[in-house]
Amino acid sequence: MINGNVIFSDENEEFSTFIKNAYKFLKTDYPKFFKMDNLSKLAFLAADVLLKSENLNEEENNIALIFSNKASSLNTDRKHQASIENEAEYFPSPAVFVYTLPNICLGEISIKRKLYSENSFFIFDRFNAEHLQLYANNLLRSEKTEKVLCGWVDFDENSYEAFLYLVEKEGKIEHNTEEINRLYNIL
Amino acid sequence: MARTFISYNNILSSLGFDSETVVENISKGISGLEKYDDASLLPEPFCASMISSEKIKNEFNKIGDASKFTKLEQMLILSLKKVIDTSNIPLNESVGLLISTTKGNIDVLEKNSNFPESRAYLSELGKTIQNFFNFKNEAIVISNACVSGVLAISVAKRFILEGKYDHVFITSGDLVTKFILSGFNSFQALSAEPCKPYDKDRLGINLGEVAASVLVTSSAENLPKEAVEILGDATCNDANHISGPSRTGEGLFRSVKAALKEANMTANEIDYISAHGTATPFNDEMEAVAFSRLGMEKVPMNSLKGYFGHTLGASGLLETIVGMHSIERNILFSSKGFSELGVSKKMNIILTNTPKILNTFLKTASGFGGCNTAVIFKNTNN
Repeated sequence: MINGNVIFSDENEEFSTFIKNAYKFLKTDYPKFFKMDNLSKLAFLAADVLLKSENLNEEENNIALIFSNKASSLNTDRKHQASIENEAEYFPSPAVFVYTLPNICLGEISIKRKLYSENSFFIFDRFNAEHLQLYANNLLRSEKTEKVLCGWVDFDENSYEAFLYLVEKEGKIEHNTEEINRLYNIL
Repeated sequence: MARTFISYNNILSSLGFDSETVVENISKGISGLEKYDDASLLPEPFCASMISSEKIKNEFNKIGDASKFTKLEQMLILSLKKVIDTSNIPLNESVGLLISTTKGNIDVLEKNSNFPESRAYLSELGKTIQNFFNFKNEAIVISNACVSGVLAISVAKRFILEGKYDHVFITSGDLVTKFILSGFNSFQALSAEPCKPYDKDRLGINLGEVAASVLVTSSAENLPKEAVEILGDATCNDANHISGPSRTGEGLFRSVKAALKEANMTANEIDYISAHGTATPFNDEMEAVAFSRLGMEKVPMNSLKGYFGHTLGASGLLETIVGMHSIERNILFSSKGFSELGVSKKMNIILTNTPKILNTFLKTASGFGGCNTAVIFKNTNN
């Protein structure tokens, strides 16, 4: 859903099928996508939908990323833990381990869109509009960034959720916690 | 514009349970690294800096019931308590709590853990610390790979400048676990010998565990003698690779540039660099390229990984605290493990402890996900 309009829906409850169908529908064409873990796939595609319409520069862009969630990278952490739990089946993989950090998805987005920008990943118990808003304001006010892509990207055992919004100095919706929460609650 | 300072501080590590003892040990050249051969942690021998669980438990039992808290929680609480107690700041609505960690209580995922899996959620770790001290504000957790500890300083500063808090307590920590060891080992990034940052014979990383805590405050009153002012800070992504550093040091170069710009300083006004220096071939080379591009080849620099190992989400905060004490004492500490330069650009790596009048220092860190953070500090004595 972008700006309240559904652009793609899929009844498929299985995340891997859903995200693959969304990837195809959005004509993303980015082979690295298939190496990503679920959190990165979710964050990457959600960000790509928004950034696609931003007429970005091919060389570099200054868009800060302030992401947050509850489950950190636990979905992949469990996978890495399972690969080392038993001596007989001890096969830790660097391709899995690298995704045991929540901010890796920020790296994936930065690589695709050439964002040499501020990155930070916060963990909150629930969506926390106030801290995202304050932090984004500070980056804009101090001129560390031109725009900020903020939001909540959570992937856990039985649920997933992505809500991202772009903040810049001019626009139609005022950047305050009431509006951010209103948009989040449309989800 | 409002000013921000790093004030009271604590380091809990194998080199001691308070900053002064730890810094004293560093000044004597003592390292916390030891060789281990423990198949329950890693199938092969490794070198790390670890703190005995028994020692932590005995210390914790003086202030609470250790059986109710994980090892990491005990470490963070013990470390933070010293900072809260010495600062004497009442924990009211104007006081924030930041926690910096990469993996938190990840060891509770092990099948023989005494704690429920829910303890692995970093927000639960936040609540545990918050409730122990009765903070009025919800804990905010930062988990941004190996820059987390130094990024936490930026975050504290930014929330203070936005008027959200007057004071922010930061506590940071990570454990040396089977999870972390197996992962870094799968990257073939571990050295079984004590690490040698920037040296021609460097073989890779040693991991370490510490808890480090500070008070970040907007008040210039009641500061300890090692307090520093935060002059500028920035985080920049390499936009290059998720697990390999950029060959051009792009993100590190840009983050230092941006921090200097905010501090309104030039590169030659930095007296000392506390760099990241993990002792992997690629990381150290990347730093050499970035500092060379910045024209900072001559600035005295060290990596403290030879004393503590790589302490992940705590490393940036830990190394900032040591830097604060270093400039307060006007001594450049030797970069332990270094003897002969093994990178392609010139660097001024500190070989032996050297007295020098120090006013400013730069702390940098780089991590997975392509992130790089730089913060510039100035002493508050002059």
